[in-house]
Amino acid sequence: MMLSTRGLTKTYAGVKANTDVDFDLPKGQIRALIGPNGAGKSTFVGMLCGRIPATRGTVTLDGQDISRLPAHKRIAMGIAYTFQITSVFAGLSVRENLALAARRHLHSAAVVTAKVDDVLDRVDLAGRADQIAGDLSYGHQRILEIGMGLAQDPRLFILDEPTQGLAETEIAAFKTLILSLTDTTILLIEHNMGVVMETAEYITVLNFGQILAEGTPDQIRGNADVQAAYLGTGNA
Amino acid sequence: MSHRDTFLHLSVIAVLFAAFFVLPAYHSGSLARIMVLAIYAMGYNLAFGYTGLLSLGHALFFAAGMYGLGLTMQLGGWAAIPAFALALVASLVVAGVVGVLALRTRGVGFMIVTLMFAQAGYLTALYFVQYTRGDEGFVIDQAARAIGPADLSSEAGRYFAALFLFAVTLLVIGALVRAPFGRTLIAIRENEARATMLGYDVQRLKWIALVVSGTISGAAGAAYALLFGYAGASFAGVQYSIFPLLYVLLGGAGTTLGPLIGAIFMFYLIDLSSGITNAYMLIAGVVLVLLTMFLPHGILGTLRKRALPWLP
Repeated sequence: MMLSTRGLTKTYAGVKANTDVDFDLPKGQIRALIGPNGAGKSTFVGMLCGRIPATRGTVTLDGQDISRLPAHKRIAMGIAYTFQITSVFAGLSVRENLALAARRHLHSAAVVTAKVDDVLDRVDLAGRADQIAGDLSYGHQRILEIGMGLAQDPRLFILDEPTQGLAETEIAAFKTLILSLTDTTILLIEHNMGVVMETAEYITVLNFGQILAEGTPDQIRGNADVQAAYLGTGNA
Repeated sequence: MSHRDTFLHLSVIAVLFAAFFVLPAYHSGSLARIMVLAIYAMGYNLAFGYTGLLSLGHALFFAAGMYGLGLTMQLGGWAAIPAFALALVASLVVAGVVGVLALRTRGVGFMIVTLMFAQAGYLTALYFVQYTRGDEGFVIDQAARAIGPADLSSEAGRYFAALFLFAVTLLVIGALVRAPFGRTLIAIRENEARATMLGYDVQRLKWIALVVSGTISGAAGAAYALLFGYAGASFAGVQYSIFPLLYVLLGGAGTTLGPLIGAIFMFYLIDLSSGITNAYMLIAGVVLVLLTMFLPHGILGTLRKRALPWLP
């Protein structure tokens, strides 16, 4: 397993955001994490990468217990994370944003430059390399943040609603990009069902902070509980 | 690109070198003082301008260097060089300890905690009045203020010692901020959460930045005592924590030469306006308000934004 959690729980002043989540993500899989608004998806991935301290429970990355490690150490072990609300270095150039992502694990200047050029091509930002990131359009800033994830060469790539606010053509490019990352395990929080169904090999549905269902896209599509949770009908 | 930076820095050093032979004695004396204050501000700039740590307590580090050198020379009878080395160690240790505690806070909390530490340092200097002579301060024997045959109390000795230290600091900082370390500090200033989520140990890097910053400020304090032969508690006061902030804001935060420009500007602003009226702080105040209104990024910061994006 690339990532496992056992009994992962987060309580905010008595309100449970996640309760006893047992979650397993095999190496190399593209997994989507879906669920209605407020289901606890962002809290859950926040606990995985250490941004949000868990109330209790364990997180294991590739066999190592990382529950007690601070966020930067977990990231340094090979996790990349993109924020739900775009978070780039707005005052620095696109190239410098990517270089900062690459430089932490690559130490020679030439290798960093090569990595940055490679990522610029893959996310199609080569023409904007010297622009200030804060001057880019919203969609391009989102793509830059995904590029920063790529520049880290992660083993596990966690993306929190990456296609939110992207144009249709950009979403198509995103899907192609995700499917091309064959060596990377991907955990994708996503509201766009088109993206989920076309990229995810397996889907986990969260509802009220707990796992409601897991399965292949086809299984999830036909799951009555999931439909009820999303549509608010029946016995969910 | 970095060649251009180095060329610019070397040119500034060359101009300052030549200035001694061109300027009248009064101005070269002023310039020696300005260069020492600029070293102080360059140290401050590393914390504030590059890392985004708004400290209101750098006078503590300046004073640690000043007393570190002054007391060991005056009471211990040490020679200038070992006393200077001890002053560096003293300010490094003080900055290290203050950093561990103050960096547990951020933003306004960090400003208040650093201010409180500096006030505690100021009061400590007053408390040990039998050694420090408090606000009145003490003079360091002229005979001791020499390195080998070089008399640091002479006009030329003082000027070139200040220039040497200024040049070393400028070149070191110029290299530091171009290196991956300095660029990571800028990243922390720009977006701390993102820097953490790229795997950088932000807390540790901020501590290192503060320690280097405090040590450079301490070097300036030690140089001030050595070159001008005086150490007093007023240099540990809150005013001396504000000065480097002003120099840096005026000259341009996060620019290598901003501290020098800001220090020159401030020094001559007070110097010239005090020639006109006793209410010179009023003139200085109005000019500062106008500058911050119309040049919010400081002199070099605005220049970099408008015309010279390559400016280091």
